Amino acid sequence: MTERITKNMARNIYFGGSLFAILIFAGLTLDTVKQIPHRSNDDQITHSVANGKNLWEVNNCVGCHTIMGEGAYYAPELANVFDRRGGGDEEAFRSYMQGWMAAQPLGEPGRRKMPQFNLSEEQVNDLANFLIWTSRIDDNEWPPNIEG
Amino acid sequence: MKYSSQMVAKPYFIFALILLAGEILFGIIMGLQYIDGGFLFPEIPFNVARMVHTNLLIVLILFGFMGATFYLVPEESERELWSPKLAIITFWVFAAAGVATILGYLFVPYATLAELTYNELLPTMGREFLEQPTITKIGIVIVVLAFILNVGMTVIKGRKTVITVVLLTGLVGLAVFFLFAFYLPENLVLDKFFWWYVVHLWVEGVWELILGAILSFVLIKVTGVDREHIDKWLYLIIAMTLVSGIVGTGHHYFFIGTPEYWLWIGSIASAIEPLPFFLMVLYAFSMAAKRKIDHDNKMALTWAKGTAVMAFLGAGVWGFLHTLAPVNYFTHGTQLTAAHGHLAFFGAYIMILFTIISYAMPIMRGRMGGNCAKAQSVELKGFWLMVIGMLGVTLALTVAGVWQIMLQRFPDSGALSFMDTQAQLIPVYKVRLIFGLMVLVGLLTYFYSFFVKEPAKA
Ligand code: HEC
Ligand code: HEM
Ligand code: HEM
Ligand SMILES: [Fe+2]
Repeated sequence: MTERITKNMARNIYFGGSLFAILIFAGLTLDTVKQIPHRSNDDQITHSVANGKNLWEVNNCVGCHTIMGEGAYYAPELANVFDRRGGGDEEAFRSYMQGWMAAQPLGEPGRRKMPQFNLSEEQVNDLANFLIWTSRIDDNEWPPNIEG
Repeated sequence: MKYSSQMVAKPYFIFALILLAGEILFGIIMGLQYIDGGFLFPEIPFNVARMVHTNLLIVLILFGFMGATFYLVPEESERELWSPKLAIITFWVFAAAGVATILGYLFVPYATLAELTYNELLPTMGREFLEQPTITKIGIVIVVLAFILNVGMTVIKGRKTVITVVLLTGLVGLAVFFLFAFYLPENLVLDKFFWWYVVHLWVEGVWELILGAILSFVLIKVTGVDREHIDKWLYLIIAMTLVSGIVGTGHHYFFIGTPEYWLWIGSIASAIEPLPFFLMVLYAFSMAAKRKIDHDNKMALTWAKGTAVMAFLGAGVWGFLHTLAPVNYFTHGTQLTAAHGHLAFFGAYIMILFTIISYAMPIMRGRMGGNCAKAQSVELKGFWLMVIGMLGVTLALTVAGVWQIMLQRFPDSGALSFMDTQAQLIPVYKVRLIFGLMVLVGLLTYFYSFFVKEPAKA
């Protein structure tokens, strides 16, 4: 098959095809960026949620956990942990998070460990609020079930 | 070796290989932590080991790409490198920044590292693969710019070939997309959307250009096939790469809060992504079949063919396995993702480094026809140990992934929790560890091939 394609033809496919792909991708990017605020409830990103995201980052929680399926595969998915552990009740989830973060690491021998991060009560609330906000993102009904 | 400035490639290659040993060591540490959660805790928590593992991987590939570029660009351009001195400075700056960052991960808690490096001034830390402190990222940009300047000047002033132009396009693309690492919006969805501009558009976009260029260079050298042929194939491969790979980014936009149309656009575009990898296999084998010379360095051609096959398996086959949205719904973020990540990175970007190193190092050591037969036979053993080891790691992770989905994801009721599922998978993780150790033994065997004595010349 390649005998009939000349070098010039191949080069033109490369330039033309890439340009075409870049244009389509740029258009889709613009549209996506326009739709994200609505799908993610951007208006509900309070100061506390933003701070929670920062804490999520500077403590590298994503180095063990996935969030919406991305990250590491060593520890539970956390985009739906609000539904799993808080049952959809914000107050209950915040107090669960206070208890959980304070109890780490758990002593069970051989079980995977989560470190102690020594966060303040307010910081843990911020993390909880970030996870609550995340759980409400419209992510096309993922994950398949509550276990993540 | 035709130009003395090609020698600057040598420290880059050696350092890349040393980092590879470190990378695999940390992989094995994590492989043990998957089996015994208490292993090295709290000294090296899993996330720290993972950062070290993946960051070493990225940095060693960058060192390898730079070494490959410094080796092949003078020869292709038919002139000395613009500034060998700058190339040596870039090496030391990059090596120092890399080592300091890894030591920072290991000896300072991550949150403290963020504070010490003033992350709050320009927050960029804490995302997978982009964990580096902001100043390290700025350092990387400076190093890459100095490198591109050096290479660009050489290319502009010398003979321009399709290989050097494609290589340079890939390198400039690498630098440009890295800039998205500095964009960290408050909105997690927007953050994730542009994070893939770095990660996906690297490995399934511009890096494939670099891969294609290096592969082409080695194929020309060891088969003696005409350039017309090589150029045409290279153009076809990178055309398919960009046509499928750019819009193919959509296979990461299924379940992270981005619009629904990505479900089918991402599936269709990325379903074509295996094609360039398949072309690479045809390319390597047909050039080998048409070869006009029989180079004494047999291993270089073995690595070149191996790269094409393993990249096709890891990226093409294991990528296709989970790239359609209805399948990805169940596989997303499971051990299957890790299976694919391992074979793709190894097959494409580690093996291409072995290919160019296997071709160039003997020449830089004054062995124009490659290493002696004994050294090549040791190298071949290293090749098979590593290749079979990585295939074993991948197959084990594939079993783990499918099993994980069956226990945890698939059932509507009575699904096991994540942690209970993982406990069930421990026997499979033991198999993964054994194959991981085989990879390490393979690498050490490969290292040993460098020290096999050449027979005295008659
Ligand atoms: C070194 C790895 C590691 C890091 C880093 C880590 N975790 Fe964890 N995390 C775990 C493990 C392992 C578990 C499961 C523990 C268990 O069930 O015994 C867990 C469980 C959790 C759970 C409970 C999930 C559930 O469904 O039961 C929450 C909530 C959580 N982590 C939050 C966080 C946050 C927030 C951070 C960052 C500040 C973080 N984790 C960082 C390892 C880690
Ligand atoms: C050259 C060889 C290797 C390459 C190229 C490589 C590459 C990678 C990559 C790309 C990731 C991130 C995966 C993802 O996000 O999907 C990763 C993670 C990981 N690697 Fe490797 N790796 C190599 C060798 C090993 C070995 C030998 C082992 C163990 C025996 C290992 C164990 C791990 C583990 C446990 C993780 C973390 C997975 C998780 O998040 O739970 N790696 N590696
Ligand atoms: C050499 C080229 C490639 C490399 C190095 C590579 C590497 C990776 C890595 C490391 C990940 C995990 C990212 C993360 O941590 O979240 C990943 C994910 C993915 N890759 Fe690739 N890949 C390559 C090519 C391909 C191709 C050609 C396809 C499709 C045909 C593909 C399909 C996917 C998909 C669908 C995911 C998402 C998995 C998930 O949902 O969890 N990849 N790839
Ligand atoms: Fe991708």
